[in-house]
Amino acid sequence: MSSLWYASVTIFVKDLRSELRTRYSLNSLLMFVITTLSVILFSLGSENVSSDVLSGVLWIIIFFSTMSGLSRSFVSEEERGTVMTLQLTARPLAVFFGKLLFNTVLLAALNLLTVTLYLLFITNFVVQNYTIFITTMGLGTIGLASASTILAAIIAKANTKGTLYPVLSFPILLPLLLTVINATKMSVEGAAVYEAFSEFQILISYFIVITTISYLLFEFVWKE
Amino acid sequence: MLGKTILGVWLSAVILVAFSFPMVHHPSEWYQFPVIPGLEDKARILFFHVPMSWTAVVAFILAMGYSIRYLVKKNMDDDIKSASAAGLGLVFCILATVTGSLWAKFNWGSFWNWDPRETSIFVLLLIYGAYFALRSALDVEERKATLSAVYSIIAGVTVPFFIFILPRIVASLHPEPIINNRGKIDMNTTMLVVFLCSLAGFTALFFWMWHLKVRTERLALVHQTEGE
Repeated sequence: MSSLWYASVTIFVKDLRSELRTRYSLNSLLMFVITTLSVILFSLGSENVSSDVLSGVLWIIIFFSTMSGLSRSFVSEEERGTVMTLQLTARPLAVFFGKLLFNTVLLAALNLLTVTLYLLFITNFVVQNYTIFITTMGLGTIGLASASTILAAIIAKANTKGTLYPVLSFPILLPLLLTVINATKMSVEGAAVYEAFSEFQILISYFIVITTISYLLFEFVWKE
Repeated sequence: MLGKTILGVWLSAVILVAFSFPMVHHPSEWYQFPVIPGLEDKARILFFHVPMSWTAVVAFILAMGYSIRYLVKKNMDDDIKSASAAGLGLVFCILATVTGSLWAKFNWGSFWNWDPRETSIFVLLLIYGAYFALRSALDVEERKATLSAVYSIIAGVTVPFFIFILPRIVASLHPEPIINNRGKIDMNTTMLVVFLCSLAGFTALFFWMWHLKVRTERLALVHQTEGE
């Protein structure tokens, strides 16, 4: 067990290092978030949009940043031609958990940025219950990351990777998106924490189900 | 040959009956349907829309089952069966969405309302669409089969979540269309019989079409491998 953990962390560190070394993708992701947020701000103008709508918009931004950024973990391996080396040197599960860890950390950083900017610049969006909000963000992030990782592994082997990724992801992520948007609405309306428990239950079970099924199916995707 | 003919006659009879049996307020004869207040003749959609959505779901479960079988046994035949089921499921799903949408227009005044049933059939449509988009983006047969099998399993696993989530999210919208209403109202015997016949007929239609498609695809595969 510890060797699996060690191998996964090694792959995570490798990915982290290569991303930090070149920074192309990190910069473009950063710009993506800023650009999308600017478009939203321009289109809202001085209008008073209800916080319900704003909760949805926040998750639209997060969803599309996920779609831009999280496929890189597998697609970059294909592009650089390092897939075979990775297949030979690491166990499939180590690759899976390493990439999952990388995607989670990347998404957590992206979401932190998005949420901070969103709260700063969109004045109508005021969170009343921070416990619900932070828990939703946390559970939403890990859920998004786990689904995106297995799907990234699938599309990395396909032809039209870029356009295929959102097409495949949307039906799978829909339960998650509906639940987090609902929970975010609750946090803005100032609901009590216990009212959001069923949402949290759904998010936790989604994460467990998706991670388990990905773990079981990853070898089929990864091996030729 | 005989099976095909029986199926043809059966479904034609169902369609004829669904449209011709009169709807009266107090059915006295065996061939009369009761009038449901507010629905009247529009209730006839029950005989077509529900079996179609049912078949679309059965097709998906079948596709998923054969996907699992393919991953375990790596038999290309299972992939053919899975993809054919998905193809037909897509057709039935489109039909179910369109008939449902038309009915919604006549009953509630708008084509689409995002209530739980509508949303779930739409999600099923998205899953089918994504499945075929994935298949068309892969060239190598074996990879196509493996990856689409993996995707259909992942998609199948997320479907149960909708059953729990949707009623909570869209509780404020319209009441359920026909299915749940029917569940609560005791269906008149005549209607029930016609409905079950329609359900059986559409399911049989699906299996017949599926059988044909699988045979065609098998021949196509043989033709392709011989050509290489």
